[in-house]
Amino acid sequence: MFALQIQQLSKQYSNGPRALEQVDLTVQKGDFFALLGPNGAGKSTLIGIICSLLNKSSGSVEIFGHDLDQAPETAKSLLGLVPQEFNFNGFEPVLAIVVNQAGYYGMPRHRALARAETVLKQLHLWDKRHTQSRDLSGGMKRRLMIARALVHEPHLLILDEPTAGVDIEIRRSMWAFLRKINQQGTTIILTTHYLEEAESLCRHIAIIDQGRIVECAPMAALLSQLAQETLVLDTAQALEQVPELDGFTLQQTASHSLEVTVSRQQGFSALFAGLKQAGIEVVSLRNKQNRLEQLMLDRVQRASGGAV
Amino acid sequence: MKALYRVGFQTILYKEIRRFMLIAVQTILPPAITTILYFIIFGQLIGEQLGDMAGFRYIDFIVPGLILMAVISNSYANTVSSFYGSKFQRYIEEMLVSPLPNWVILAGFVSGGLARGVIVGIVVTGVALFFSDIQIYSYSVTFAVFILTAILFSLAGFINAVYANTFDDISIIPTFVLTPLTYLGGVFYSINLLPEFWQHVSLVNPVLYMVNAFRYGLLGVSDISLSVAFGIILAFIVVLAAYSMYLLNKGVGIKS
Repeated sequence: MFALQIQQLSKQYSNGPRALEQVDLTVQKGDFFALLGPNGAGKSTLIGIICSLLNKSSGSVEIFGHDLDQAPETAKSLLGLVPQEFNFNGFEPVLAIVVNQAGYYGMPRHRALARAETVLKQLHLWDKRHTQSRDLSGGMKRRLMIARALVHEPHLLILDEPTAGVDIEIRRSMWAFLRKINQQGTTIILTTHYLEEAESLCRHIAIIDQGRIVECAPMAALLSQLAQETLVLDTAQALEQVPELDGFTLQQTASHSLEVTVSRQQGFSALFAGLKQAGIEVVSLRNKQNRLEQLMLDRVQRASGGAV
Repeated sequence: MKALYRVGFQTILYKEIRRFMLIAVQTILPPAITTILYFIIFGQLIGEQLGDMAGFRYIDFIVPGLILMAVISNSYANTVSSFYGSKFQRYIEEMLVSPLPNWVILAGFVSGGLARGVIVGIVVTGVALFFSDIQIYSYSVTFAVFILTAILFSLAGFINAVYANTFDDISIIPTFVLTPLTYLGGVFYSINLLPEFWQHVSLVNPVLYMVNAFRYGLLGVSDISLSVAFGIILAFIVVLAAYSMYLLNKGVGIKS
Protein backbone atom coordinates (compact mmCIF):
# COMPACT_ATOMS: atom_id res chain seq x y z
CA MET A 1 0.00 0.00 0.00
CA PHE A 2 1.14 3.53 -0.71
CA ALA A 3 1.57 5.83 2.26
CA LEU A 4 0.88 8.71 -0.09
CA GLN A 5 -0.56 8.74 -3.57
CA ILE A 6 -0.97 12.02 -5.41
CA GLN A 7 -2.61 12.14 -8.82
CA GLN A 8 -2.82 15.00 -11.28
CA LEU A 9 -2.46 17.57 -8.52
CA SER A 10 -2.50 21.19 -9.67
CA LYS A 11 -2.53 24.45 -7.81
CA GLN A 12 -3.23 27.87 -9.23
CA TYR A 13 -3.02 30.73 -6.73
CA SER A 14 -5.73 33.30 -7.37
CA ASN A 15 -3.29 36.18 -7.75
CA GLY A 16 -0.12 34.38 -8.60
CA PRO A 17 1.58 31.77 -10.73
CA ARG A 18 0.61 28.16 -11.26
CA ALA A 19 2.44 26.55 -8.36
CA LEU A 20 1.80 22.88 -9.16
CA GLU A 21 1.23 21.36 -12.58
CA GLN A 22 -0.38 17.91 -12.81
CA VAL A 23 1.81 16.38 -10.12
CA ASP A 24 1.81 12.58 -9.77
CA LEU A 25 3.71 11.18 -6.82
CA THR A 26 3.68 7.99 -4.77
CA VAL A 27 5.48 7.23 -1.55
CA GLN A 28 5.75 3.64 -0.35
CA LYS A 29 4.73 2.68 3.17
CA GLY A 30 7.77 2.70 5.46
CA ASP A 31 9.87 4.81 3.10
CA PHE A 32 12.15 7.69 4.04
CA PHE A 33 11.47 10.02 1.14
CA ALA A 34 13.17 13.28 0.17
CA LEU A 35 11.30 16.00 -1.67
CA LEU A 36 13.87 18.43 -3.01
CA GLY A 37 13.86 21.47 -5.21
CA PRO A 38 14.98 25.07 -5.36
CA ASN A 39 13.17 27.86 -3.52
CA GLY A 40 9.74 28.50 -5.01
CA ALA A 41 9.68 25.12 -6.77
CA GLY A 42 6.38 24.10 -5.18
CA LYS A 43 7.52 21.92 -2.24
CA SER A 44 5.69 23.84 0.45
CA THR A 45 2.60 24.19 -1.73
CA LEU A 46 2.56 20.43 -2.24
CA ILE A 47 2.95 19.81 1.49
CA GLY A 48 0.35 22.47 2.27
CA ILE A 49 -2.21 20.67 0.12
CA ILE A 50 -1.39 17.23 1.55
CA CYS A 51 -1.83 18.66 5.05
CA SER A 52 -5.06 20.58 4.27
CA LEU A 53 -3.44 23.96 4.84
CA LEU A 54 -3.98 24.98 1.21
CA ASN A 55 -6.82 24.36 -1.22
CA LYS A 56 -5.95 22.43 -4.36
CA SER A 57 -7.18 23.47 -7.79
CA SER A 58 -7.55 19.91 -9.09
CA GLY A 59 -6.30 16.37 -8.56
CA SER A 60 -6.45 13.96 -5.65
CA VAL A 61 -4.46 13.04 -2.55
CA GLU A 62 -4.72 9.69 -0.80
CA ILE A 63 -3.09 8.88 2.52
CA PHE A 64 -2.79 5.11 3.11
CA GLY A 65 -5.59 4.65 0.59
CA HIS A 66 -7.94 7.19 2.18
CA ASP A 67 -8.91 10.05 -0.10
CA LEU A 68 -8.47 13.45 1.52
CA ASP A 69 -11.78 14.68 0.07
CA GLN A 70 -13.84 11.53 0.60
CA ALA A 71 -12.55 10.46 4.02
CA PRO A 72 -10.77 13.49 5.46
CA GLU A 73 -11.00 12.47 9.10
CA THR A 74 -9.40 9.05 8.57
CA ALA A 75 -6.80 10.38 6.13
CA LYS A 76 -5.79 13.29 8.38
CA SER A 77 -5.61 11.14 11.51
CA LEU A 78 -2.74 9.20 9.88
CA LEU A 79 -0.71 12.29 9.13
CA GLY A 80 1.67 14.42 11.17
CA LEU A 81 3.27 17.67 10.02
CA VAL A 82 6.39 19.52 11.11
CA PRO A 83 6.03 22.82 9.27
CA GLN A 84 8.78 25.10 8.08
CA GLU A 85 7.71 28.12 10.16
CA PHE A 86 7.04 28.06 13.89
CA ASN A 87 3.28 27.92 14.26
CA PHE A 88 2.44 27.52 17.90
CA ASN A 89 1.03 29.92 20.44
CA GLY A 90 4.08 31.59 21.93
CA PHE A 91 2.30 32.16 25.24
CA GLU A 92 1.38 28.53 25.76
CA PRO A 93 3.62 26.20 27.76
CA VAL A 94 5.30 23.33 25.94
CA LEU A 95 3.21 20.61 27.59
CA ALA A 96 -0.09 22.36 26.81
CA ILE A 97 0.83 22.67 23.13
CA VAL A 98 1.52 18.96 22.81
CA VAL A 99 -1.45 17.83 24.91
CA ASN A 100 -3.86 20.12 23.03
CA GLN A 101 -2.63 18.75 19.73
CA ALA A 102 -3.41 15.22 20.95
CA GLY A 103 -6.88 16.47 21.86
CA TYR A 104 -7.44 17.67 18.30
CA TYR A 105 -6.92 14.05 17.27
CA GLY A 106 -9.49 12.82 19.79
CA MET A 107 -7.00 11.49 22.35
CA PRO A 108 -8.46 11.63 25.88
CA ARG A 109 -6.57 13.92 28.24
CA HIS A 110 -5.06 11.22 30.50
CA ARG A 111 -3.66 9.40 27.46
CA ALA A 112 -2.54 12.68 25.89
CA LEU A 113 -0.59 13.57 29.05
CA ALA A 114 1.15 10.18 29.07
CA ARG A 115 1.93 10.34 25.37
CA ALA A 116 3.16 13.95 25.66
CA GLU A 117 5.54 12.88 28.41
CA THR A 118 6.94 10.14 26.16
CA VAL A 119 7.57 12.35 23.12
CA LEU A 120 8.87 15.28 25.14
CA LYS A 121 11.34 12.99 26.90
CA GLN A 122 12.38 11.46 23.57
CA LEU A 123 13.09 14.94 22.23
CA HIS A 124 14.76 16.14 25.46
CA LEU A 125 12.09 18.75 26.19
CA TRP A 126 10.50 17.27 29.30
CA ASP A 127 12.46 19.62 31.58
CA LYS A 128 11.02 22.54 29.59
CA ARG A 129 7.39 21.35 29.77
CA HIS A 130 6.23 24.35 31.82
CA THR A 131 8.19 26.90 29.75
CA GLN A 132 6.28 29.20 27.41
CA SER A 133 7.17 28.21 23.89
CA ARG A 134 8.37 31.72 22.98
CA ASP A 135 11.15 31.33 25.55
CA LEU A 136 12.63 28.23 23.90
CA SER A 137 15.76 28.33 21.75
CA GLY A 138 15.44 27.83 17.99
CA GLY A 139 16.52 24.18 18.22
CA MET A 140 14.08 23.50 21.03
CA LYS A 141 11.25 25.06 19.03
CA ARG A 142 12.06 22.74 16.13
CA ARG A 143 12.04 19.75 18.48
CA LEU A 144 8.75 20.94 19.98
CA MET A 145 7.18 20.92 16.52
CA ILE A 146 8.41 17.34 16.03
CA ALA A 147 7.01 16.31 19.42
CA ARG A 148 3.68 17.93 18.58
CA ALA A 149 3.54 16.18 15.22
CA LEU A 150 4.28 12.78 16.80
CA VAL A 151 1.98 12.93 19.80
CA HIS A 152 -0.89 11.17 17.99
CA GLU A 153 1.46 8.51 16.55
CA PRO A 154 1.02 9.34 12.85
CA HIS A 155 1.80 6.70 10.24
CA LEU A 156 3.06 9.35 7.82
CA LEU A 157 5.26 12.18 9.09
CA ILE A 158 6.00 15.14 6.84
CA LEU A 159 8.90 17.40 7.80
CA ASP A 160 9.29 20.68 5.93
CA GLU A 161 12.89 21.77 6.51
CA PRO A 162 12.98 20.50 10.09
CA THR A 163 16.64 21.30 10.70
CA ALA A 164 16.73 24.80 9.24
CA GLY A 165 18.79 27.05 11.48
CA VAL A 166 19.79 24.44 14.06
CA ASP A 167 23.38 23.64 14.94
CA ILE A 168 25.10 20.51 13.71
CA GLU A 169 24.92 18.68 17.04
CA ILE A 170 21.16 19.07 17.32
CA ARG A 171 20.79 18.32 13.62
CA ARG A 172 22.62 15.02 14.02
CA SER A 173 20.59 14.05 17.07
CA MET A 174 17.43 14.84 15.08
CA TRP A 175 18.68 12.65 12.25
CA ALA A 176 19.23 9.77 14.67
CA PHE A 177 15.75 10.27 16.09
CA LEU A 178 14.13 10.35 12.65
CA ARG A 179 16.01 7.22 11.58
CA LYS A 180 14.76 5.47 14.68
CA ILE A 181 11.08 6.31 14.18
CA ASN A 182 11.39 5.37 10.49
CA GLN A 183 12.82 1.99 11.51
CA GLN A 184 9.87 1.61 13.86
CA GLY A 185 7.53 1.92 10.88
CA THR A 186 6.71 5.60 10.41
CA THR A 187 6.85 6.69 6.79
CA ILE A 188 8.74 9.97 6.51
CA ILE A 189 8.72 12.65 3.83
CA LEU A 190 11.43 15.27 4.24
CA THR A 191 12.17 18.52 2.48
CA THR A 192 15.48 20.15 3.20
CA HIS A 193 18.08 22.45 1.75
CA TYR A 194 20.81 20.44 3.49
CA LEU A 195 21.32 17.90 0.75
CA GLU A 196 23.75 15.80 2.76
CA GLU A 197 20.83 15.37 5.14
CA ALA A 198 18.64 13.97 2.37
CA GLU A 199 21.46 11.81 1.03
CA SER A 200 22.23 10.41 4.44
CA LEU A 201 18.63 9.73 5.54
CA CYS A 202 16.44 9.08 2.51
CA ARG A 203 15.95 6.02 0.33
CA HIS A 204 13.83 7.64 -2.36
CA ILE A 205 13.92 11.11 -3.78
CA ALA A 206 11.70 13.36 -5.86
CA ILE A 207 12.97 16.60 -7.35
CA ILE A 208 10.40 19.27 -8.01
CA ASP A 209 10.94 22.35 -10.11
CA GLN A 210 8.49 24.96 -11.36
CA GLY A 211 5.61 22.92 -10.02
CA ARG A 212 6.55 19.68 -11.81
CA ILE A 213 8.23 16.52 -10.59
CA VAL A 214 11.35 16.35 -12.76
CA GLU A 215 12.86 13.26 -11.15
CA CYS A 216 11.56 10.53 -8.86
CA ALA A 217 13.73 7.49 -8.17
CA PRO A 218 15.58 5.51 -5.51
CA MET A 219 18.43 7.57 -4.07
CA ALA A 220 21.11 5.00 -4.98
CA ALA A 221 19.90 4.69 -8.59
CA LEU A 222 19.84 8.44 -8.96
CA LEU A 223 23.31 9.00 -7.54
CA SER A 224 24.68 6.33 -9.84
CA GLN A 225 23.52 8.47 -12.77
CA LEU A 226 25.96 11.26 -11.93
CA ALA A 227 27.96 11.86 -15.11
CA GLN A 228 30.98 13.25 -13.29
CA GLU A 229 32.18 14.15 -9.84
CA THR A 230 34.71 16.76 -8.78
CA LEU A 231 37.00 15.56 -5.99
CA VAL A 232 39.26 17.47 -3.67
CA LEU A 233 42.38 15.45 -2.80
CA ASP A 234 44.64 16.20 0.16
CA THR A 235 48.23 15.04 -0.37
CA ALA A 236 50.84 13.92 2.13
CA GLN A 237 53.58 16.10 0.65
CA ALA A 238 53.46 19.69 -0.52
CA LEU A 239 53.09 19.81 -4.30
CA GLU A 240 55.83 21.54 -6.24
CA GLN A 241 54.04 21.22 -9.55
CA VAL A 242 50.72 19.91 -10.80
CA PRO A 243 51.13 16.38 -12.12
CA GLU A 244 50.01 15.61 -15.64
CA LEU A 245 47.79 12.55 -15.88
CA ASP A 246 46.47 11.26 -19.17
CA GLY A 247 42.76 12.11 -19.53
CA PHE A 248 42.51 14.06 -16.24
CA THR A 249 42.78 17.78 -15.64
CA LEU A 250 44.19 18.49 -12.21
CA GLN A 251 44.27 21.83 -10.53
CA GLN A 252 46.26 22.77 -7.46
CA THR A 253 44.13 24.69 -4.99
CA ALA A 254 46.60 24.81 -2.04
CA SER A 255 50.07 23.52 -1.22
CA HIS A 256 48.67 20.10 -0.15
CA SER A 257 45.48 20.10 -2.19
CA LEU A 258 44.39 19.11 -5.70
CA GLU A 259 41.08 19.29 -7.48
CA VAL A 260 40.12 16.86 -10.25
CA THR A 261 36.95 16.08 -12.21
CA VAL A 262 36.35 12.40 -12.90
CA SER A 263 33.75 11.13 -15.33
CA ARG A 264 31.91 7.82 -14.89
CA GLN A 265 33.74 6.42 -17.95
CA GLN A 266 37.13 7.22 -16.48
CA GLY A 267 36.55 5.79 -13.01
CA PHE A 268 38.66 6.37 -9.93
CA SER A 269 41.11 3.47 -10.38
CA ALA A 270 42.87 5.12 -13.32
CA LEU A 271 43.16 8.38 -11.37
CA PHE A 272 44.72 6.79 -8.28
CA ALA A 273 47.01 4.61 -10.38
CA GLY A 274 48.24 7.73 -12.20
CA LEU A 275 48.78 9.63 -8.93
CA LYS A 276 50.72 6.72 -7.44
CA GLN A 277 52.90 6.61 -10.54
CA ALA A 278 53.55 10.33 -10.20
CA GLY A 279 54.65 9.73 -6.59
CA ILE A 280 51.75 11.55 -5.01
CA GLU A 281 50.32 10.06 -1.84
CA VAL A 282 46.68 10.97 -1.21
CA VAL A 283 45.77 11.10 2.49
CA SER A 284 42.13 12.09 2.18
CA LEU A 285 39.53 12.99 -0.39
CA ARG A 286 36.04 14.50 -0.51
CA ASN A 287 33.50 15.60 -3.05
CA LYS A 288 33.87 19.29 -3.86
CA GLN A 289 30.11 19.57 -4.14
CA ASN A 290 27.56 17.36 -2.46
CA ARG A 291 26.67 14.66 -5.00
CA LEU A 292 22.96 15.19 -4.54
CA GLU A 293 23.37 18.92 -4.98
CA GLN A 294 25.17 18.29 -8.25
CA LEU A 295 22.41 15.95 -9.36
CA MET A 296 19.64 18.31 -8.35
CA LEU A 297 21.18 21.23 -10.17
CA ASP A 298 21.60 19.01 -13.22
CA ARG A 299 17.94 17.93 -13.20
CA VAL A 300 16.62 21.42 -12.56
CA GLN A 301 18.86 22.82 -15.28
CA ARG A 302 17.69 20.14 -17.69
CA ALA A 303 14.01 20.78 -16.87
CA SER A 304 14.35 24.50 -17.44
CA GLY A 305 16.19 24.09 -20.72
CA GLY A 306 19.64 24.92 -19.41
CA ALA A 307 18.98 28.21 -17.68
CA VAL A 308 18.68 28.29 -13.92
CA MET B 1 -15.24 9.32 15.44
CA LYS B 2 -17.59 10.55 18.17
CA ALA B 3 -14.64 10.59 20.60
CA LEU B 4 -12.81 12.80 18.11
CA TYR B 5 -15.64 15.34 18.08
CA ARG B 6 -16.16 15.28 21.85
CA VAL B 7 -12.49 15.41 22.86
CA GLY B 8 -11.64 17.90 20.10
CA PHE B 9 -14.46 20.20 21.19
CA GLN B 10 -13.50 19.91 24.88
CA THR B 11 -9.89 20.68 24.03
CA ILE B 12 -10.73 23.89 22.17
CA LEU B 13 -13.21 24.99 24.84
CA TYR B 14 -10.76 24.25 27.68
CA LYS B 15 -8.02 26.13 25.83
CA GLU B 16 -10.32 29.11 25.22
CA ILE B 17 -11.51 29.32 28.83
CA ARG B 18 -7.95 28.98 30.10
CA ARG B 19 -6.87 31.75 27.72
CA PHE B 20 -9.32 34.38 28.95
CA MET B 21 -9.12 33.32 32.60
CA LEU B 22 -5.33 33.73 32.57
CA ILE B 23 -5.85 37.34 31.55
CA ALA B 24 -8.93 37.93 33.71
CA VAL B 25 -7.66 41.41 34.57
CA GLN B 26 -8.10 42.28 30.89
CA THR B 27 -11.21 40.20 30.19
CA ILE B 28 -13.41 39.82 33.28
CA LEU B 29 -12.54 42.80 35.47
CA PRO B 30 -13.03 45.71 32.99
CA PRO B 31 -16.74 45.02 32.29
CA ALA B 32 -17.36 44.90 36.04
CA ILE B 33 -15.66 48.29 36.52
CA THR B 34 -17.45 49.81 33.51
CA THR B 35 -20.80 48.58 34.76
CA ILE B 36 -20.17 50.04 38.21
CA LEU B 37 -19.50 53.41 36.54
CA TYR B 38 -22.68 53.13 34.44
CA PHE B 39 -24.72 52.40 37.56
CA ILE B 40 -23.18 55.24 39.52
CA ILE B 41 -23.45 57.85 36.75
CA PHE B 42 -26.52 56.88 34.76
CA GLY B 43 -28.32 54.87 37.40
CA GLN B 44 -27.86 56.92 40.53
CA LEU B 45 -26.60 60.44 39.71
CA ILE B 46 -28.61 61.06 36.54
CA GLY B 47 -31.19 58.30 36.96
CA GLU B 48 -32.61 59.72 40.17
CA GLN B 49 -33.43 62.95 38.30
CA LEU B 50 -35.24 61.07 35.53
CA GLY B 51 -37.96 59.33 37.49
CA ASP B 52 -39.55 56.09 36.32
CA MET B 53 -39.28 54.49 32.88
CA ALA B 54 -41.83 51.91 31.72
CA GLY B 55 -43.02 51.77 35.31
CA PHE B 56 -39.60 51.01 36.84
CA ARG B 57 -36.92 53.07 38.55
CA TYR B 58 -34.46 54.13 35.85
CA ILE B 59 -31.59 52.19 37.46
CA ASP B 60 -33.71 49.02 37.40
CA PHE B 61 -34.77 49.72 33.81
CA ILE B 62 -31.17 49.86 32.55
CA VAL B 63 -29.94 46.76 34.40
CA PRO B 64 -30.99 44.25 31.70
CA GLY B 65 -29.43 46.35 28.93
CA LEU B 66 -26.17 46.82 30.82
CA ILE B 67 -25.85 43.10 31.54
CA LEU B 68 -26.59 42.24 27.93
CA MET B 69 -24.21 44.93 26.68
CA ALA B 70 -21.40 43.26 28.62
CA VAL B 71 -22.40 39.85 27.29
CA ILE B 72 -22.48 41.15 23.70
CA SER B 73 -19.14 42.92 23.78
CA ASN B 74 -17.31 40.13 25.62
CA SER B 75 -18.58 37.17 23.63
CA TYR B 76 -17.74 39.09 20.45
CA ALA B 77 -14.33 40.21 21.72
CA ASN B 78 -13.36 36.73 22.85
CA THR B 79 -14.00 35.04 19.53
CA VAL B 80 -12.63 37.81 17.36
CA SER B 81 -9.38 38.14 19.31
CA SER B 82 -8.84 34.44 19.85
CA PHE B 83 -9.49 33.35 16.27
CA TYR B 84 -7.57 36.26 14.80
CA GLY B 85 -4.68 35.51 17.19
CA SER B 86 -4.63 31.92 15.99
CA LYS B 87 -4.50 33.17 12.39
CA PHE B 88 -1.86 35.78 13.14
CA GLN B 89 0.49 33.38 14.95
CA ARG B 90 -0.58 30.59 12.58
CA TYR B 91 -1.45 28.11 15.31
CA ILE B 92 -4.85 27.70 13.66
CA GLU B 93 -2.83 25.29 11.48
CA GLU B 94 -2.71 22.92 14.47
CA MET B 95 -6.45 22.43 14.01
CA LEU B 96 -6.53 22.60 10.22
CA VAL B 97 -4.01 19.78 9.92
CA SER B 98 -5.94 17.64 12.42
CA PRO B 99 -8.97 15.50 11.57
CA LEU B 100 -11.33 17.87 13.41
CA PRO B 101 -14.23 18.79 11.14
CA ASN B 102 -14.89 22.48 10.66
CA TRP B 103 -18.14 22.43 12.62
CA VAL B 104 -16.28 21.25 15.72
CA ILE B 105 -13.69 24.03 15.31
CA LEU B 106 -16.48 26.59 14.96
CA ALA B 107 -18.40 25.14 17.91
CA GLY B 108 -15.23 25.26 20.04
CA PHE B 109 -14.48 28.92 19.33
CA VAL B 110 -18.13 29.98 19.68
CA SER B 111 -18.44 28.11 22.96
CA GLY B 112 -15.33 29.91 24.18
CA GLY B 113 -17.06 33.22 23.41
CA LEU B 114 -20.23 31.93 25.07
CA ALA B 115 -18.28 30.94 28.18
CA ARG B 116 -16.73 34.39 28.51
CA GLY B 117 -20.09 36.06 27.86
CA VAL B 118 -21.72 33.93 30.55
CA ILE B 119 -18.97 34.53 33.13
CA VAL B 120 -18.91 38.28 32.46
CA GLY B 121 -22.73 38.33 32.51
CA ILE B 122 -22.77 36.65 35.92
CA VAL B 123 -20.14 39.08 37.27
CA VAL B 124 -22.05 42.10 35.95
CA THR B 125 -25.32 40.72 37.35
CA GLY B 126 -23.58 40.39 40.71
CA VAL B 127 -22.49 44.04 40.46
CA ALA B 128 -26.03 45.07 39.45
CA LEU B 129 -27.45 43.50 42.60
CA PHE B 130 -25.48 46.03 44.67
CA PHE B 131 -27.23 48.92 42.94
CA SER B 132 -30.71 47.63 42.20
CA ASP B 133 -33.18 45.21 43.69
CA ILE B 134 -34.39 43.50 40.54
CA GLN B 135 -36.24 40.19 40.67
CA ILE B 136 -36.12 37.79 37.75
CA TYR B 137 -39.56 37.77 36.11
CA SER B 138 -38.97 34.73 33.87
CA TYR B 139 -35.96 32.49 34.41
CA SER B 140 -36.45 30.63 31.14
CA VAL B 141 -36.64 33.79 28.99
CA THR B 142 -33.72 35.40 30.84
CA PHE B 143 -31.55 32.31 30.47
CA ALA B 144 -32.50 31.72 26.82
CA VAL B 145 -31.82 35.31 25.72
CA PHE B 146 -28.60 35.41 27.70
CA ILE B 147 -27.25 32.26 26.01
CA LEU B 148 -28.57 32.96 22.51
CA THR B 149 -27.20 36.52 22.50
CA ALA B 150 -23.75 35.29 23.52
CA ILE B 151 -23.84 32.65 20.77
CA LEU B 152 -24.97 35.19 18.18
CA PHE B 153 -22.19 37.64 18.95
CA SER B 154 -19.57 34.92 19.23
CA LEU B 155 -20.49 33.96 15.68
CA ALA B 156 -20.32 37.59 14.58
CA GLY B 157 -16.88 37.91 16.18
CA PHE B 158 -15.76 34.77 14.40
CA ILE B 159 -16.77 36.16 11.00
CA ASN B 160 -14.99 39.43 11.79
CA ALA B 161 -11.83 37.46 12.64
CA VAL B 162 -12.01 35.44 9.43
CA TYR B 163 -11.93 38.62 7.34
CA ALA B 164 -9.47 40.51 9.54
CA ASN B 165 -5.98 41.02 8.19
CA THR B 166 -4.69 43.42 10.85
CA PHE B 167 -5.36 44.16 14.50
CA ASP B 168 -7.15 47.32 13.34
CA ASP B 169 -9.66 45.13 11.54
CA ILE B 170 -10.72 43.46 14.76
CA SER B 171 -11.40 46.75 16.52
CA ILE B 172 -13.14 48.65 13.70
CA ILE B 173 -16.38 46.63 13.80
CA PRO B 174 -16.75 46.69 17.60
CA THR B 175 -16.03 50.43 17.69
CA PHE B 176 -17.99 51.67 14.71
CA VAL B 177 -20.77 49.09 14.41
CA LEU B 178 -21.27 47.11 17.60
CA THR B 179 -21.07 49.97 20.11
CA PRO B 180 -23.51 52.26 18.23
CA LEU B 181 -25.94 49.37 17.71
CA THR B 182 -25.80 48.52 21.40
CA TYR B 183 -26.23 52.10 22.60
CA LEU B 184 -29.09 52.64 20.16
CA GLY B 185 -30.61 49.24 20.98
CA GLY B 186 -32.74 50.45 23.86
CA VAL B 187 -30.25 49.82 26.65
CA PHE B 188 -30.82 53.25 28.20
CA TYR B 189 -34.32 54.11 26.96
CA SER B 190 -37.59 52.72 25.78
CA ILE B 191 -38.09 53.23 22.05
CA ASN B 192 -41.60 54.45 22.87
CA LEU B 193 -39.89 57.71 23.86
CA LEU B 194 -38.67 58.21 20.29
CA PRO B 195 -40.58 59.95 17.49
CA GLU B 196 -42.47 57.44 15.35
CA PHE B 197 -39.96 57.62 12.48
CA TRP B 198 -37.02 56.74 14.76
CA GLN B 199 -39.07 53.99 16.37
CA HIS B 200 -39.31 52.35 12.94
CA VAL B 201 -35.61 52.91 12.25
CA SER B 202 -34.78 51.31 15.58
CA LEU B 203 -36.58 48.15 14.52
CA VAL B 204 -33.82 47.30 12.03
CA ASN B 205 -31.35 47.12 14.92
CA PRO B 206 -31.07 43.47 16.01
CA VAL B 207 -29.70 44.44 19.42
CA LEU B 208 -33.05 46.07 20.22
CA TYR B 209 -34.77 42.67 20.10
CA MET B 210 -32.24 41.07 22.42
CA VAL B 211 -32.26 43.89 24.95
CA ASN B 212 -36.03 43.96 25.04
CA ALA B 213 -36.41 40.20 25.28
CA PHE B 214 -33.85 40.18 28.12
CA ARG B 215 -35.65 43.05 29.80
CA TYR B 216 -38.82 41.02 29.57
CA GLY B 217 -37.04 38.12 31.26
CA LEU B 218 -35.86 40.30 34.14
CA LEU B 219 -38.61 42.91 34.49
CA GLY B 220 -41.56 41.55 32.54
CA VAL B 221 -41.76 44.53 30.14
CA SER B 222 -40.67 44.83 26.52
CA ASP B 223 -41.16 47.22 23.60
CA ILE B 224 -41.12 44.24 21.25
CA SER B 225 -43.20 41.08 21.02
CA LEU B 226 -41.30 38.21 22.63
CA SER B 227 -41.94 35.76 19.80
CA VAL B 228 -40.71 38.30 17.23
CA ALA B 229 -37.58 38.89 19.33
CA PHE B 230 -36.79 35.18 19.61
CA GLY B 231 -37.55 34.69 15.91
CA ILE B 232 -35.09 37.44 14.96
CA ILE B 233 -32.38 36.18 17.33
CA LEU B 234 -32.67 32.60 16.10
CA ALA B 235 -32.74 33.71 12.46
CA PHE B 236 -29.53 35.68 12.98
CA ILE B 237 -27.87 32.71 14.65
CA VAL B 238 -28.81 30.37 11.82
CA VAL B 239 -27.62 32.80 9.14
CA LEU B 240 -24.34 33.64 10.92
CA ALA B 241 -23.61 29.98 11.70
CA ALA B 242 -24.27 28.95 8.11
CA TYR B 243 -22.08 31.76 6.81
CA SER B 244 -19.29 30.90 9.28
CA MET B 245 -19.35 27.29 8.07
CA TYR B 246 -19.26 28.48 4.47
CA LEU B 247 -16.18 30.62 5.23
CA LEU B 248 -14.43 27.79 7.05
CA ASN B 249 -15.20 25.25 4.34
CA LYS B 250 -13.91 27.63 1.67
CA GLY B 251 -10.89 28.42 3.81
CA VAL B 252 -11.49 32.17 3.53
CA GLY B 253 -8.79 34.05 5.43
CA ILE B 254 -7.01 30.86 6.51
CA LYS B 255 -6.15 28.96 3.32
CA SER B 256 -4.90 30.19 -0.05
